[in-house]
Amino acid sequence: MPQGRSIEQTTHGALLPLRPAANPPEPEPDGRVTDIDQWGRSAKARALIARLYGPLYKHWFRAEWEGLEKIPAVGGALLVANHAGAIPVDAPLIMHGIEQELDRPVYGLADYFFRGFPGVGTAWARGGGVTAHPDNAYRLLHDEGQLALVFPEGTKATGKVYSQRYKLRRFGRGGFVDIAMRAGVPIVPIVVIGSEEAMPMLAKSATLARLLGVPYVPLTANMLLLGPLGLLGYFPAKIRFRVLDPITFDVPPDQERYPRSQVFDEAEKIRQAMQVEIYDLLRHRRSVWFG
Amino acid sequence: MRGVGRRILITGIASFWGGRIAQALESHPDVEVIVGLDSDAPVVALERTEFVRADETYSILARLVTATQVDTVVHAGMIVDSTRGGDRRIHELNTIGTLNLLAAVGAAGSPVRSLIVKSSTLVYGAGPKDPYWFSEKTPRVAPARTRVERSLLEVESYLNAFVEDNRQVRTVTLRFASVLGADIDTPLGRALTLPLAPRIAGFDPQIQFVAQDDVVRALVFAVEQENLSGIFNVAGAGRIPWSEVLALAGKAPFLLPPFATGLALAPLSRIGLGMAPEIIDLLRYGRGVDTRKLLRAGFSYTHSSLSALQEFVEGRRLKAVVGEIVPTYRYEADVEAFFRHSPAVVTPN
Repeated sequence: MPQGRSIEQTTHGALLPLRPAANPPEPEPDGRVTDIDQWGRSAKARALIARLYGPLYKHWFRAEWEGLEKIPAVGGALLVANHAGAIPVDAPLIMHGIEQELDRPVYGLADYFFRGFPGVGTAWARGGGVTAHPDNAYRLLHDEGQLALVFPEGTKATGKVYSQRYKLRRFGRGGFVDIAMRAGVPIVPIVVIGSEEAMPMLAKSATLARLLGVPYVPLTANMLLLGPLGLLGYFPAKIRFRVLDPITFDVPPDQERYPRSQVFDEAEKIRQAMQVEIYDLLRHRRSVWFG
Repeated sequence: MRGVGRRILITGIASFWGGRIAQALESHPDVEVIVGLDSDAPVVALERTEFVRADETYSILARLVTATQVDTVVHAGMIVDSTRGGDRRIHELNTIGTLNLLAAVGAAGSPVRSLIVKSSTLVYGAGPKDPYWFSEKTPRVAPARTRVERSLLEVESYLNAFVEDNRQVRTVTLRFASVLGADIDTPLGRALTLPLAPRIAGFDPQIQFVAQDDVVRALVFAVEQENLSGIFNVAGAGRIPWSEVLALAGKAPFLLPPFATGLALAPLSRIGLGMAPEIIDLLRYGRGVDTRKLLRAGFSYTHSSLSALQEFVEGRRLKAVVGEIVPTYRYEADVEAFFRHSPAVVTPN
């Protein structure tokens, strides 16, 4: 706080005391009463989530990682993963896993959709969710050197029915490649199996979805067994993660734009590499439940 | 008998900002002449600023610019708070007023070389798809629903065209975030002075503030820096969740329903507790702006968002004990004219 403003200076509408500028932006913490950071994430909320999520991660899904060392310990990196399950379990599991194993925060870039829902949006932000806007991603990766997680398939992947499981959808418009190029950070692909079986979607209603203004309204196997509670109750499928080799791009960062063809090519290459690894993991999986 | 100093015209001299900028510039030795224009009389005491009363749309501006040969125009008269006037008035003052101003400034033979416009980060709106920090180049995402936002967007598009057509005029647009200050009545400041502060249930937006002093300092900076031009965001560093703002201000929340919020507010505005509609989206989604462009240009802030809030809270505490500390000032035309122009007044050299 700048000092020295006396009451005399403000009486009779006198000259505004134009103080000399203090040192540019002061560090925040002192005076704050919460630990909510500039992205809405709270370390305390994360710790609480970790306490609740730990047992689920460890005992229910028995999550296992391969190649965790390929995720950089410092600096920005864009984590790219496949997405599945009507209410996807992969995002919180990856975030929890990396935070526990590497002791680094992970920000989950997701559709703006959450932000409009009372309560949900706030809880999501406290847990590290960030609206997937290119400006946000660039700031996280380039300016702050953080880990950001993105699912390029988007809701096309979580909204697919069980018969389509493990078939990767189109990787959006390749925006994630564009951002990684601009920010000058590597892309680290992560493939997940088990997430499709944790909450298989049997059918969906486009009419209800339109009425409710949501991407899809699922009927899941979990709901058949548990009723509406099935939206929260996951089947105990064994979850496996495999981290692929980081991909760096041989382009200068901070360009206004990158060739569309190059962006598409790179996105498609990553998609195919991930698809191959998913099939490889499935080939070696003996049981959905025991891995 | 023109001197060498700057000659400055300020629109909206009767507004808090217009008055404060004039005060700040009056103490500047380089500033020779300050002319203040408004439809109402100034509300702060001014030493040497010449006040000219105009209609709301500033139709006399062209004549005034030619007559006074001003080299700098500070456009501080736009309404950025819906509760300050009806749709009609906002349209007249913001859109038509600015159009008249641009016509006068860009006219053939116009002496104006610098135009400083006080705009607002309302031009970015507030919505779920927004980035957390808008840079000056980030396009707006949320649709503009309120008149004040639409008028500011119109003004900025006229300004873009003006800049393209008038390269000889240095144009600076400053977009200010939500202002807080003990001496000024702003939408969020008002929300924080009610016994219970409004909060939309289920939402905890991150809010960025700018301190009232930094607003004036930024405008003066723009006047001073003769090489500065373009659009700049002005806001304190950091964003604070609204729930924490309430905690720091010692306010209990008044919870508004998350759906049909505007409808729920309608009866409240009947009894004078209304909130500007543009604030409702802000209290839902928040807004942040990237301020690095102005920092790179050499401006430095005295306040972060947090310290702006702290100073505001301290100012409120003092007011709660001793009441208004700024005595009301009344503009008397003949008194002001006497002090400025009477041969009886001895001016120190």
